[in-house]
Amino acid sequence: MKHTLAVLVENKPGVLTHISGLISRRAFNIESIAAGYTEEPDTTRITIVVEGNEMEQEQVVNQLSKLVDVIKICDLTAVESIHRELALIKVNASVNTRSDIINIVEIFRANIVDVSRETMVIELSGDATKIDALCQVLEEDHGIIEIARTGKIALSRGPIPAKA
Amino acid sequence: MKMTGAEAIIQSLRNEEVDVVFGYPGGAVLSLYDALYKANFNHILTKHEQGSVHAADGYARATGKVGVVIATSGPGATNLVTGIATAYMDSIPLVAITGQVSVPMIGRDSFQEADIRGITTPITKHNYLVKKVEDLPGALKEAFYIARTGRPGPVVVDIAKDVFVALIDYQYPKEVKLRGYHPLFEGDLETIDKVFEELRLAHNPLIFVGGGVNLSDSSEALKVLIEQTGFPVISSLMGLGCVPFDNPQYLGMVGMHGSYAANMATTECDLLLGIGVRFDDRVTGPTCEFAPKAKIIHFDIDPAEINKNVIANLRVLGDMKWSIPALVQRVEQVSEELKKQVRAWTEKVRFWQREKPLFYKRDTDNVMPQAVIEKVSQLTQGEAVIVTDVGQHQMWVAQNYGFKNPRSFLTSGGLGTMGYGLPAALGAQCGLPDRKVILFVGDGGIMMNCQELATVADYQFPVKILILNNQSLGMVAQWQRLFYGGRYSHTSLKGGHTDFVKLAEAMGVTGLRVKKPEELDRVLEQALATPGPVVVDIQIPETMDALPMVPSGARLDQMIFGEVDE
Repeated sequence: MKHTLAVLVENKPGVLTHISGLISRRAFNIESIAAGYTEEPDTTRITIVVEGNEMEQEQVVNQLSKLVDVIKICDLTAVESIHRELALIKVNASVNTRSDIINIVEIFRANIVDVSRETMVIELSGDATKIDALCQVLEEDHGIIEIARTGKIALSRGPIPAKA
Repeated sequence: MKMTGAEAIIQSLRNEEVDVVFGYPGGAVLSLYDALYKANFNHILTKHEQGSVHAADGYARATGKVGVVIATSGPGATNLVTGIATAYMDSIPLVAITGQVSVPMIGRDSFQEADIRGITTPITKHNYLVKKVEDLPGALKEAFYIARTGRPGPVVVDIAKDVFVALIDYQYPKEVKLRGYHPLFEGDLETIDKVFEELRLAHNPLIFVGGGVNLSDSSEALKVLIEQTGFPVISSLMGLGCVPFDNPQYLGMVGMHGSYAANMATTECDLLLGIGVRFDDRVTGPTCEFAPKAKIIHFDIDPAEINKNVIANLRVLGDMKWSIPALVQRVEQVSEELKKQVRAWTEKVRFWQREKPLFYKRDTDNVMPQAVIEKVSQLTQGEAVIVTDVGQHQMWVAQNYGFKNPRSFLTSGGLGTMGYGLPAALGAQCGLPDRKVILFVGDGGIMMNCQELATVADYQFPVKILILNNQSLGMVAQWQRLFYGGRYSHTSLKGGHTDFVKLAEAMGVTGLRVKKPEELDRVLEQALATPGPVVVDIQIPETMDALPMVPSGARLDQMIFGEVDE
């Protein structure tokens, strides 16, 4: 089963090294990892999606918690939460195919953020399956040149923050 | 007070009550060594950085204090790696201070630059790279605090060269504020109640003690628990010394080279109280077949140890200094009933002890290693600090020395580091100048850090170094004999030209030799009576196995005993 962990860490150099080092050393199965600043300037929030059974999942949380710079870990799979990922997709787009792509983009509520004579760049946020679906359509009908995805970030619903 | 970064380090070491550091100078730490010189700080110069770090480790294990090692950047720092990993695997409190190239030179592949922070990330409890002198006192304060609290471990503080000379208005922090580090001290009393209920239900309970009891200095409380429950006790390699070997409830070491009674009791018990153990693979064999009939209760200070290797039915998180006395308090009132409850089980365990006690073939032509250890045990009455290297001799010592005290058996258990023994012994002797420190080492392992014989001589550390010389890399040769068709690929040292007596003498250490059994007692007595360091080259048979043994992948009750005569 997949678990989405919100990992709050000290915003210091070397913290990501500690986390990625631990993940590789303990041979944990990590699907995605995304880091960014938070409402507190000295805290970084890392969202990790980890695959494994209950025992492996417990080990990931316990081992990560042992790191001195890890302040708190919250398993967002256990609570109601919103999950999002951002993707930028560069797709083949000639004058003839542009309008079809615009249609697809509208259906997916994505945005077009760049256009050239041969290509378009589409921006989409959503859960992974939605992004996968758009990619599939674009690839089959038009051909994708490159994709950049952020990995998942997540936030719990309701008033209680992960740091509480 | 204004001072340089180097002076701030000396002051911080004093604030942490560090009375000795082990180290080796070099370019990046010149200013630090200058400050050590000016402050006349107690420093032990080894002959190799690896010797320094193992010495600091031995010092920490023997005294319970934080060991401190200093090395220069690049090769100095990378030479610490094996020692840091050794300390990490056995949870030994260590602070390693390394020099780094100056801040503007970092990241440019400068002379003697190595990313020691990156290198040591997976083998330290925490590490720092200090690039600003203002961060230095805080980093050192945290380093010592992290190294010694909770589950202890090594911490590296890598300091850029220019930080040593930068001026700072020195103030040592009074306390440590770390949002992400809360070493667990006391656990939940409700779990103790649950443990108590399990104790009342058990018919075949077994107490299994490990290094955590040594590290938390809780063997006194453990003694009461053992006495009050009447339960049989087994120990891991790292737990040796926590229970005196002559305690009638003690069954010996468990695991790959464990005693028959300890391994059978583990296989048959219905309740296993693992106290400060981590269920290492050398203990368990295949985890799915480990203690198959038992409910497992796991006492540990580190939550990440629970369910890591074996699934615990019940966990008791917290410092053993809290949990063992808390359990003792519950047990006291029902002590007699518990003892009654395990009467039949005790009989059974005693039967196993009688059925297959530890055994070795007596020999009048050869010096048997077990006989050497028995004699040393007898001469020192189990009161010496015993240090080993890694291999067959390590197992023979674990099985045959009569340990009476905690912190009296220093060995690289987790990492199994050859070359650990000699420097660790000198570190232990440095920390405990009035204790007898005896090193057992193989003829393979002694050569891995034999340069430290010179250190032992220079400082006149009176370590007694007993080389159990079988002219082979014995443990590997044993596996080749048992599992690789006797193909001794590169494990025979026979025909080698090293004369250990001459080697010792060349370095300034008294050298003695034992070739025949009739010489053994006299030479050992002479060695122990000789002031200063002594090497004894003891020639033992070449093809002896460390037995009993559980082959890799087999269950604990599938032991090999070897030939049985008499």
